[in-house]
Amino acid sequence: MRKFLLALVAAALGSLAVAQSGRLEIFSWWAGDEGPALQALIDLYKKRYPNVEVINATVTGGSGVNARAVLKTRMLGGDPPDSFQVHAGQELTGTWVVADRMEDLTPLFQQEGWMNRFPKGLIDLISYKGKIYSVPVNIHRSNVMWYNPAKLREWGVQPPKTWAEFLTTCQTLKGKGLEAPLALGENWTQQHLWESVALGVLGANDYTNLWNGKLRFNDPKVVAVWNTFGRVLDCANKDASGLSWQQAVDRVLDGTSAFNIMGDWAAGYMTTTKGLKPGEGFGWAPAPGTAGVFMMLSDSFGLPKGVKNRANVLNWLRLVGSKEGQDAFNPLKGSIAARTDSDPSKYNAYLQSAMRDWRNNRIVGSLVHGAVAPESFMSQFGTVMEIYLSGRNAQAASNAAQAIATQVRLGQ
Amino acid sequence: MNWLKNKDTLYGFLVILPSLVLLGIFVYGFILQTFYTSLTDWGRDPAQALSANPQIRFIGFENYRELFTGFVDARFRQDLVNTFFFTLFFILGCLGVGLGLAIVLDRSPKGEGFFRTIFLFPMSLSFIVTGTIWRWMLQPQGGVNQLPTLVGLPKGEFAWLTSREQIWQVSWNDLPFLTALVVSAVLVFIALGAFRNGERRRGFIASGSTALLLLWAFTLGRTLQPLPYDEPHGFNLAFIGIIMAAVWQMSGYTMALYLAGLRGIPEELREAARVDGASEWQLYQRIIFPLLAPITLSAMIILGHISLKIFDLIFAMAGADNAPTDVPALLMYLTTFRANQIAKGAAIGMILLLLVAAVIVPYLYSQLKSEVRR
Repeated sequence: MRKFLLALVAAALGSLAVAQSGRLEIFSWWAGDEGPALQALIDLYKKRYPNVEVINATVTGGSGVNARAVLKTRMLGGDPPDSFQVHAGQELTGTWVVADRMEDLTPLFQQEGWMNRFPKGLIDLISYKGKIYSVPVNIHRSNVMWYNPAKLREWGVQPPKTWAEFLTTCQTLKGKGLEAPLALGENWTQQHLWESVALGVLGANDYTNLWNGKLRFNDPKVVAVWNTFGRVLDCANKDASGLSWQQAVDRVLDGTSAFNIMGDWAAGYMTTTKGLKPGEGFGWAPAPGTAGVFMMLSDSFGLPKGVKNRANVLNWLRLVGSKEGQDAFNPLKGSIAARTDSDPSKYNAYLQSAMRDWRNNRIVGSLVHGAVAPESFMSQFGTVMEIYLSGRNAQAASNAAQAIATQVRLGQ
Repeated sequence: MNWLKNKDTLYGFLVILPSLVLLGIFVYGFILQTFYTSLTDWGRDPAQALSANPQIRFIGFENYRELFTGFVDARFRQDLVNTFFFTLFFILGCLGVGLGLAIVLDRSPKGEGFFRTIFLFPMSLSFIVTGTIWRWMLQPQGGVNQLPTLVGLPKGEFAWLTSREQIWQVSWNDLPFLTALVVSAVLVFIALGAFRNGERRRGFIASGSTALLLLWAFTLGRTLQPLPYDEPHGFNLAFIGIIMAAVWQMSGYTMALYLAGLRGIPEELREAARVDGASEWQLYQRIIFPLLAPITLSAMIILGHISLKIFDLIFAMAGADNAPTDVPALLMYLTTFRANQIAKGAAIGMILLLLVAAVIVPYLYSQLKSEVRR
């Protein structure tokens, strides 16, 4: 019976694919540098379905801070966009899936044979109660440490492998007159650093347990994370809050700092904007203590309930999840494909190394970029950071984090 | 229904009826709805926050209690303190600079019209534009920090918008006590004024309440502690940059108000004072400043409600996430639209409304009263 139903759904989905017309509105925050990548996807779509009018609705603002507010107004007002960009994981499930606003896409995944094409760790992150609700288009890695190989040779240090080693290296470099061995930028980049420290100190198992409620935030292990984080912060530049992440990367490139922890969009910045060659102009390593673990974030598209052009959206999602679509989009975006069968020759040296890790490493999700915690927790984590930075009290920060986790029912 | 018999009254009522209905729905109706929302748990359960038909439970003043005494809402309390200091310095700065400029321009220097336009011009910009310009100028590595190098001094190191330094720290637990002290000071002031004007009854009432309040403050007020631990809040130095930008923008406006006021003072009054032998300083102190008092009040009201609601300037200058320059309006936005805590956001909105109402309503009341008297 179940098989029959599935076949029926598949047939229904298939029949809709022929000769579509009408409209398709795609809601995203990909403007500026990331615009061409989205355009490549849209061009592909238009080639397949020439009669569909594609409306590219972008709302600018880094990592979607403005787009998400607009999206909420539209969804609450009963005017959902046909398909919207959202960080894969809890940012989608914790906000929209639990509110029963999204359609289950598991049949689409089965029909397209995607269950084996995407890594299991990723499928787990985008599923809610065993059902899949979005199609991931790209993968970025959060736990990467960037450095300038020529400068490291000059100082005679190696990229540290653990956070303890990092702190020793930091002292060595300070001894050589480097005021701030770690380059840090504004607000969210500090939280970004925190998740790498947490993963390095806790390890992948405990890090995952933090988000499913098995490890409490006021556990001594997590207090230890805050203490390490504090000592790492002592290695960072004092004017951090005033710098963008690009300016922090610049500090590493010009040798005023030795290391920077940033997602791998930094590789895109260094290759495209700065014209550097991966491996020569800049080097990379997993953030200390996180070798063998891939902390991912991903942009994905879903299907809201009650959209006007459902069939067109399904075709869009098919394209987004296809090998052709992902290999058109990702080299331009500076990310890797979420599928494990993409064509490495289209990607640069850094991305090829990331693809290898993506296939072999253990996969965990990023906090700051919406994969492991719902928005209600993520946005209040800034307050926790504030409590820590104002008093440097690890226990107080841990207690506050646990209070928020309880309040938003994290992991339940 | 006697008044309906008068045709003019009926027509008048019918003419204003549409706007009454629209105001009633779109202003007061929504205020009531926001107030009701703030008494619910909308947003506590993520599954209900953004669903099509959310199940919302009434929980009374729980959101307000959390904001003022909850462990994780320390940021809101700091934001209130930020707003207080921002309002204080913003109003003082605008009044001082505006009055100074107006006095200079009132002496009809050469090119008065030109300078008047220049000083008034920043007001025509939107806060977003002002904010963006000042953000560039206050970058740690450039702009204002480079100014000292022009005269050969080392360049400034102050992190204008992101400094974490805090001065004048006060524990949140001392707040009831301090509020009582401030209110007593105001009451003493009223009492003195009343005695001076011979209103003995009013004076006795005021001094009696002062004594009661002080008694309460030093006995029960000391034991009333909203938090089980000391939580220091103070003036964030990062706000200096914001205050500079806001004063730059709005002082031209107070200048225009004061200039109109100065021009409205008849020349005869000044001449009469000079004939009586008043020095220039006495002329200002005894004649001009008292005549400008109503203008100062209007300016304070208008600036006060701008500063309590300030959002766009800080959003453009420092961004919504920069905690050292946070204010309740920004936190309301973050709480509602990022954290999906809709009820708590509504509660912050209601507190803001009360703050602004505390400034506006007495002003409107006194204005209406004086109009009726006329």
